[in-house]
Amino acid sequence: MNQNLPNSYRSGPDERGHFGIFGGRFVAETLMPLILDLEKAYVEAKADPSFQAEMNVYLKDYVGRPSPLYFAERLTEHLGGAKIYLKREELNHTGSHKVNNVLGQIMVARRMGKKRIIAETGAGQHGVATATLCARFGLECVVYMGAVDVERQQPNVIRMEMLGAKVIPVQSGARTLKDAMNDALRDWVTNVHNTFYCIGTVAGPHPYPMMVRDFQSIIGHETRQQMQQAEGRLPDSLVACIGGGSNAMGLFHPFLDDPSVEIFGVEAAGHGLTQLHAASLAGGRPGVLHGNRTYLLMDDDGQIEEAHSISAGLDYPGIGPEHAWLHETGRVTYLSATDEEALAAFQLLSRLEGIIPALESAHAIAKLSELAPQRPKDHLMVVNLSGRGDKDVPQVGDILKGRKK
Amino acid sequence: MTTRIDARFAELKKQGRSAFVTFVMAGDPDARTSLDIIKALPKAGADVIEIGMPFTDPMADGPSIQAAGLRALKGGMTLRKTLEMVRGFRKEDNATPLVLMGYYNPIYIYGVDKFLADAKAAGVDGLIIVDLPPEEDTELCIPAMKAGLNFIRLATPTTDDKRLPAVLANTSGFVYYVAVTGITGSAAADSKVVGEAVARIKRHTDLPICVGFGIRTPEAARAIAENANGSVVGTALVDALKGSLDAEGRATAKTVAAVADLASALAQGVRGARQAAE
Repeated sequence: MNQNLPNSYRSGPDERGHFGIFGGRFVAETLMPLILDLEKAYVEAKADPSFQAEMNVYLKDYVGRPSPLYFAERLTEHLGGAKIYLKREELNHTGSHKVNNVLGQIMVARRMGKKRIIAETGAGQHGVATATLCARFGLECVVYMGAVDVERQQPNVIRMEMLGAKVIPVQSGARTLKDAMNDALRDWVTNVHNTFYCIGTVAGPHPYPMMVRDFQSIIGHETRQQMQQAEGRLPDSLVACIGGGSNAMGLFHPFLDDPSVEIFGVEAAGHGLTQLHAASLAGGRPGVLHGNRTYLLMDDDGQIEEAHSISAGLDYPGIGPEHAWLHETGRVTYLSATDEEALAAFQLLSRLEGIIPALESAHAIAKLSELAPQRPKDHLMVVNLSGRGDKDVPQVGDILKGRKK
Repeated sequence: MTTRIDARFAELKKQGRSAFVTFVMAGDPDARTSLDIIKALPKAGADVIEIGMPFTDPMADGPSIQAAGLRALKGGMTLRKTLEMVRGFRKEDNATPLVLMGYYNPIYIYGVDKFLADAKAAGVDGLIIVDLPPEEDTELCIPAMKAGLNFIRLATPTTDDKRLPAVLANTSGFVYYVAVTGITGSAAADSKVVGEAVARIKRHTDLPICVGFGIRTPEAARAIAENANGSVVGTALVDALKGSLDAEGRATAKTVAAVADLASALAQGVRGARQAAE
C-alpha cells in the first residue's frame, strides 16, 4: 500500500490527468489537440452557471431525478444485519445511471459545435442513453458494440435503432466492450473534425475519467442529502459494482473524505478468479490501454487478455484509473462476485423486493450476503442499483430454463 | 550522436533522392518468414525498415495491420522475439536503419530501461510509439534519447502551427507525417495537400520528413516522394503478404517474394521522383 496518503481523496486528478501513477493521456497525436480542446470546453462549462442550470432542468424533467433512496425492508430482514438502502438509479429515464453522464457530455458537445456523436457500449445501457439524448437534441449517433454483446443484449440493440442510432457490430478481438472501444477510437481518429466521442465510463484519456466522474457524482450528492433526511446522518457503508466503474465512482466520490464511511467496489469474477473473469484489480496489474494507465488483465508480454463476465457491462479487462488509485491507497475495498453469485442475487432481489436488477448491479447485491449479516442492525448500507434488468430477462430466462431441463 | 537513421538520410540527401520506407509486422505470419522478409527488403530497395511490434489492441491501425498483429501473436511472437529478429538482421546488415513501431504497453511491461538497453544492443535505431504524445514524454521519449535511440514523432493534419513546436521538440531521426486523419490503410493521401503540409512542417524543423498512411502504389509513392524526404508503405505490403498465405494462414514458398516484389516496384516509384525540393 502507498505510504504517502493524500490530505484529500477528492482533489485529483492533477493538471496532467494523473491519479497517483494512474490516468494520463496515452493517445495518438491526431486526437491530442481535440482532447485538449475538450478539456478546455469542459472546464469552461463547469464554471458557467448557465450550463449547470440547463443541466438541472433536464436532470429533473427529462431524466426524472432525484432518484429515490429506498429502504429495502425485506432484503434487510432476509440478510439479518445492516439496514439496506437501494439508490434507485434504475428508475432513471433509459433505465440506468448512464444517462447522467451522457446528458453532461452531450451538453458539452453542443457547446463545442459537434454534430456527430459516437459511443461504445457493452450491455447497451450507455448506447441507449446516448441514442436517447442524440434523438432529443437532433444529433447523428453511431454506437459501436461487440458482436457478442449484440447477440446477448438484443433488447437494447432494438431500442437504439428505434431511437435512430446506427449500431455497428464489432467483429475484432473478443467482440465485446474492449473491441467496441478500439473501433470507436478508430472512428474518432478518422472523423476527428466533426465528431464527439461520448465515453461511457470513468476511463479513457484525461479529461474523461474526471468529467464522467463529475457528471455521475450527482448519485453520491443526492444520497448524502437523502440519507440525512431519512436517518439524520451519513451512511456507514457504500456498495457498487464495477466494470469501468462509473456508477461506483459517482456514488463514492462525494464520500471519499468521510473516514467513517466504508466503501466497497465489486468487480466481476466471471467463472472465478482462477479462471476466466473481468476483475482487473484482483487479477491484473498496471499497464496502458485506451488512453490511460490503470490495472489491466494481460499476459507477460503486455498483450491484453480477454475478460469474461455474464454481464456484458462488466466484461472489460480494465478499470477506471481513479479506482486503481483508490485501490492502491486503500481508501476503497474491492471485492468480486462470480457469474453464479450474480445470477442468484438477480433472482433474490426480484423475489424479495419486486425489483429486477441489471446483471451488472446484481454483482453489488451479491456481496450483501457477505457484508450485511456481519454488521449491526443500525449500520446504514447503501447499494447502488445502477440499472434495471429488463434487458437481461431473455438471457437469464434462457439460462434458468436450460437448468430445469 | 549519429544513428544509422541520420547517416542514411545524409547519404540520400547527397544522392538527391527521397527515402523508401517499408513497414512489416514482426512475426507475421511466423518469426522465420518474417526475418527472411526484412532481410529481403534492403535488396528490394528499402532505405529504412519499420518493424511493427504486435499488440492485441492497435487503436490506430486498420483491419490489415490489426490482422497482421494477430497472426503474429497467434504464431507466438513477443517483444523479446522481435528483438531477437533485429539481432538476426544485424548479423548481415549493419547499415539499414531499423525502427520499431507500435504501442506502449508491451514496452511498459517489458520494463522501459531494460527494453531500451536491449533494443540498442540488438541494433534498433529508432522508435515510433503511437500512443505516446509529447504530453507523456517522460515515459519513454526522454529515456530513449538518453539511451541513444531516435524517438520519431507522428505529426498529423490536426497538429497545427501552435502545437508543432511541442511535437517536434524531442523528435529526432525524422518526422513521420500522417497524411490522413484516420487509421492505417485508409483513404488515399492527396499528394498536393500533403506537399503543403510538409512545407509547413519544414518551416519548423530541419529534420527529414517522411509521409505515411494511405500510400499503396508506386505512382502514389512517387507523387509523395516529390515533396517529402520519404514515403512510407505498410498496409499494401502487409496485404501482399496476406495474399500469399495458404488457407490456414501459413507462409508459402511465395510469401517472401510477394512482399519483396511489391517493395521493388514501390522503390522504383520513389526513385522515379524528381529530387525533393529542399
